[in-house]
Formats: sequence, C-alpha cells, structure tokens
Amino acid sequence: MVCLRLNRSGTMQCMASDAAARLASAPQRDPDYTEIYPASGWAALKLGELWRYRELLLFLTWREIKVRYKQTAIGAGWALIQPLFTMLIFTLFFGRLAKMPSEGVPYSVFSLTALVPWIFFANGLTLSSNSLVGNANLIGKVYFPRLLIPISSVLSGFVDFVLAFILLALFCMYEGVRVHGAIVWLPVFLLLATVACLGVGLWFSALNVEYRDVRYIIPFLTQLWLFATPVVYPASLLGGRWRSVYGLNPMVSVVEGFRWAVLGTARPEGGMLAFSAVTAVVLLVSGAFYFRRMEQNFADIV
Amino acid sequence: MSNIAIHCEGLGKQYRLGAASQHRYKALRDVLAGAATAPFRAAAALARGERVRKEKPAPFWALRDVSFDIEHGEIVGVIGRNGAGKSTLLKILSKITTPTTGYARIHGRVGSLLEVGSGFHPELTGRDNIYMNGAILGMTRREIERKFDEIVAFAEVEKFVDTPVKRYSSGMYLRLAFAVAAHLEPEILFVDEVLAVGDAAFQKKCLGKMNEVSRQGRTIIFVSHNMTALRNLCTRAIWLADGKVVEDGEAGAVVADYLQRNSSSRLETVWDDPGTAPGNDRVRLHSVRVIPKSVDEAGQITVSSPIQLEFCYWNLVPDAVLHISIFLYSLEEVCIFNVGSEAAPRPRGLIRHTCEIPGNLLNDGCYYLRLLIVRDLSTPIFTHNNVAAFEVRDLPRAGAWYGKWQGAVRPNLKWATEVIGAESSLVRS
Repeated sequence: MVCLRLNRSGTMQCMASDAAARLASAPQRDPDYTEIYPASGWAALKLGELWRYRELLLFLTWREIKVRYKQTAIGAGWALIQPLFTMLIFTLFFGRLAKMPSEGVPYSVFSLTALVPWIFFANGLTLSSNSLVGNANLIGKVYFPRLLIPISSVLSGFVDFVLAFILLALFCMYEGVRVHGAIVWLPVFLLLATVACLGVGLWFSALNVEYRDVRYIIPFLTQLWLFATPVVYPASLLGGRWRSVYGLNPMVSVVEGFRWAVLGTARPEGGMLAFSAVTAVVLLVSGAFYFRRMEQNFADIV
Repeated sequence: MSNIAIHCEGLGKQYRLGAASQHRYKALRDVLAGAATAPFRAAAALARGERVRKEKPAPFWALRDVSFDIEHGEIVGVIGRNGAGKSTLLKILSKITTPTTGYARIHGRVGSLLEVGSGFHPELTGRDNIYMNGAILGMTRREIERKFDEIVAFAEVEKFVDTPVKRYSSGMYLRLAFAVAAHLEPEILFVDEVLAVGDAAFQKKCLGKMNEVSRQGRTIIFVSHNMTALRNLCTRAIWLADGKVVEDGEAGAVVADYLQRNSSSRLETVWDDPGTAPGNDRVRLHSVRVIPKSVDEAGQITVSSPIQLEFCYWNLVPDAVLHISIFLYSLEEVCIFNVGSEAAPRPRGLIRHTCEIPGNLLNDGCYYLRLLIVRDLSTPIFTHNNVAAFEVRDLPRAGAWYGKWQGAVRPNLKWATEVIGAESSLVRS
C-alpha cells in the first residue's frame, strides 16, 4: 500500500491547497485533532489550549519553586534576606543620611512596603526573561504552549512574595502600624504587578531567544526602573499635574497602592491608576501576541 | 471517520544558512549596524550602477514537498542518512517547529519520544521527575499516579526514587527517562533514535516495549538507523534523501533498496595493465574478487553465505618463494582474522590464490581486506591496506530481539542436548 503523492508544484499551489484544507476542516472540534500549518505572521492566542495545559503549568511552577533553593545553605531564607537587607541599606542612606520624607511612617516600613512588591516584580521579570533560553532543550524536544514557561517563572515568585509579605507584617506589628480597611485592595495591586511583570516578561523572553542582548539589558533596566518607581521616595514628591502621567509606569500604582493598603497613606488617585491599568494590560496583550508570533520559530533559533 | 491517522501534503522546511547558522542568535548591535549602514551601501551600489539587492543567506531545504498518508495502526519506519530530513519531519509533525510550506493533519492523541530525558531536571528526585516529565509528555497527574509503580519497576530504580537524578548513573537516568515515555498511551507515537543510546540489554527492552505497543494497534512513526529493528517492527518504510521522499512502501523492500544504494562494498577490482597496476618490480596486483556463494533475495551477502576470495597477481621474478597473507578487519578496525596461503617457488606470470570464508562464521557488519604478498616466508614485498570491502547482512529473525548480535564472529556451533539423569537424580542419594 503506497500512499505517496509527491507534490512537485511548488509553493504557490501549496498555499492555495492550504487555504482549501483550512476551509474543509473548519468544523472539526476534536481535541485530539491537530492541524499543522506554516508560520503565519500574527498567530491567535489560543487561550483554550493554554487552559488544557493548566496541569503542566502547575507542574512547571512547582518545579521552578522546588529547584530554586536546592542545595543552598539557607534555602528560602534568601526570599527574606533580599528585601530585609535592601531595606536596611535604603533606610541608612535614604532615610537617615538623605532625610527622605516618608509620609509620616517610619522610613524602614515605608521602604519595605514598596520593596515587597518591587522585588516580586523585578525577580519575576528577570526569571521570565531568561526562562525560554534556560529551557532551550525542552523547547527543541517537546511541544507544549511555550507561554507556560514565562508564566510559570512569574507564578513561582508568589512563594517568595508570601514569605517577604510575612516579614513585612512582622515589621508593621513591631512598628505599631494599624491594620487598615484598605488592605482588602491588596490583591488588586498584586494582580496589577503580576500583569505588568508578565507583560514585560513576555516581550523580553521572546526577544531574548533571538537577541541575547536582553540578558545584559535586564539588570540595567531593573535598576533604572527601581528609581523610576517611588520605592525609596514618596510619589508625592512629584507635582500633582504629572502624577497621572507618572502612572504610565504601572509599578507606581502598585507601590502607592501597597502603601495605601498596608500603611494607610494617601489613596492613589484614579487617573494614575487608570493609566497604570491600561499600560499593564497593553503590555500583557501585546506581549502575548508578540510571543505567539515569535513562538513559531523558537525551536529553530533558540 | 476515515482511517487516516496522519495526512501530510507538500511539507517543506527551509532553514537559512550562512550568516544565520554561524551565529546561532543575532546580536542587536549587528542588526542596528546593518540597518544604519544599509542606505550607504545601497547608495554606493547605485553609484556603481548595480541593482540594489538585499544580501540574503542561502536558503536550505531540510524537507521538500513531502506528502504521505498513514493509516491508524501502521508502523512506519523513516530511513535516510544523517541530514536527510528525518528528524525535521518528526519535529514538524510533533509541532516543535512549523513547516515553511504544506500542511499536515493528525487525527489522534500524539506522543513523541524525540529524546529521552529532555524534560529531566538534575536537581529533582526520580519521583519528581517522573511527574514532571509525564506532564511534559502530556500525561495527566492521575494517569501518572496510576502508572507510577509500573514506571519505577520498568526502570529498575526502586531504591533511588527519592534521590536527585543528578546522582544517578547514566544508565539509570536513561532507563527512567525511557520508562516514563514508554508508559505514555498515545494513539500516535513518534520515536526518534531512542535506540541509539544505552547498552544491549536496554535496547532489547526498548524494542520489546515498542513491539508491545505496536501490537496494541497504535500508530508509530519510527526513525532509526537500526535496519534489523526497522525491518522487523515496521510494516512500511519511507526513505528520505535530501529532504525528499525517495521511496515509500513495504519496509523490507525499501530497506533493501536503501542499503543497496548506500553500500560501500568493493567486491571486485581488476587492473588490466601490468605497467600501472599497484605493485613494484617484483609483483604487480592484477585483480581481487569477493564472490558470495549464496545471497538473499535482495542479492546481499548474509551471515550464512560462504564467501570465496580470489587474488591474482603478476610475479615478475622467476622462482621467487611467495605466499599471500590476508587480514580481515571490521569497520571498527578490529582484526577478525589473518590467514596465509602456502609458500612455494612461483614462476614468472599470473598467479591466482583462492580461499573460502565458510558461511555462519562472520557476524553481520562491514569488513575490509588487507593484503600482503610475502617473499621467503618473512619479508613483505607488497602491501595493500584495503583491497576489497564487503558487507554481511543479518538474516530476518523471529522473536522480539532485534539488537546487534554481540561478538566478532558468529559461528553456528553444533549443539548436543540430552537428559542425562532421570527425575530421581534430583534426590540426593
């Protein structure tokens, strides 16, 4: 039984038959049915497929978490040391020496409240940007939606975030900060940080596959971004008119929101929040589309 | 529903060679510099009166116009030399990379075994890696839980499931990786050269598992260089060369054609002119022939074929005491044997020596012959390091073991087996 039909007609006719085949098989809804076509510019996001692979996403996240502090002496202690020591340095230099205003709360708590979401964002950004390159062997050998890799990198940061947040809570109790009603809004700001982090992470992880320059840009970028975000200083230093535009950096709203929810400082203004939310969503959606577009050739160039 | 499992039409994959292949990834700097200098280069070219052309690296088609249909339950072997496009085809079918042209439609759950253990993380324990790798290959957690003990038993790593796999021996690592993949239950399975790794016992196990899977009516596409395994496991074979399908049909026939085409045999060489033939002022070689006394249906020498060797040379010195000595080497340069003819005074003229390698002596493989012509039983006066080459094929085998038979030779020894004690001899007197 020979089922060979050599097509010697060349590309043009192949394209035509592609289109015909697409039409012919359109009603197919079997999950075990696969169609394979040449890479075509902008690909659909295929969120349904992402959902079908949700178990693998959990496994990948769990692997990231498990592997992170393997064979380290203090293990997850690193998740506490990073914010703690950064806060101590900031308190010494910006709080004590530079006498930075801190909206009426002790500078240590003021900076730590900002550092907890900031470190989550910066680490997630670094991890997800390098995630595809780090998993190159997997990408070349097995198929699964590649989006899972940077997403799992960002998700794995939640464990560190929770540990750092416990540290923050202890500090607040020590400094006598009262729990505020606004604390219920905290998850919203965490979500905003996640969306922004993933959005930038998707862009950089896809770019990193082709341009390894990204590896060198990231540490530099996070450093600049830290100072573009009111971590060591209060957002109120900026004039009111510019405050909304300042929201184009989504981390401004995240940090201000955290301070509002945890410390009870001034509520972030609506215009700024709107700017941040829109920027974060635009980053995420454009990042996802760019990622899907580049994804089709990852295995060939990574 | 139709019975087609895989339908491919006009599949092609183009890679860009040249600059792109030298630097696996681009640096932003090069792109920016390229873009910045492009207008100047274009202007310079225009000034010289040339047409402006973009410098594009040469395209290379790893796969070109490949079309076929595979039905459910077919076991299809894909053969071809390295770089023929076999792995590219499997990568496209398993969605790792996209084709440049054409399309494929696959009906059924797909599992691929492109390289065992690629999802393993060295820091994780065997247990964690089983779950992780299972999930990557597309198993659900419940499925993995159900098969966990079976996987561990198959891999023979019971004692080490909670040890990080970086402390595993390479054998244990491979066994575990294959065990996870082998317990996948896809309807369509892609297998790429997994049999190239591991020792003979492991390969035997792998092939046994493949055989079992194939009996369950699943569809398998199998890339391998192990022709014996391929001929025995597959019902059909597709031969790829330079990215194109050369032949597609019954496995035995395609494999035979493929081997014939790629044979390195030099069974006969004749030098007609004694003036230019290899040799010197004492002897000159005339001809060397390897003549199989029996061949298989494809005309090939098999392990059971007796082989006659014939060597002719001109003796230029009257009454020289000459004999020839031949060495048979395997492709791995192991000397299988060295034999010599009788030494005697030879007259001037054309001398012929023949001998026969009996059947059922050589193992399957490729061999080459080294020839020495020796004077006075001690002085080699002529040496040729590779006068002839031939290949010995394995015979079709029954059973589940298709690996390479061990040993330099494979004699067919006469066995005698008898019962030498009655049941009562089991009791100590």
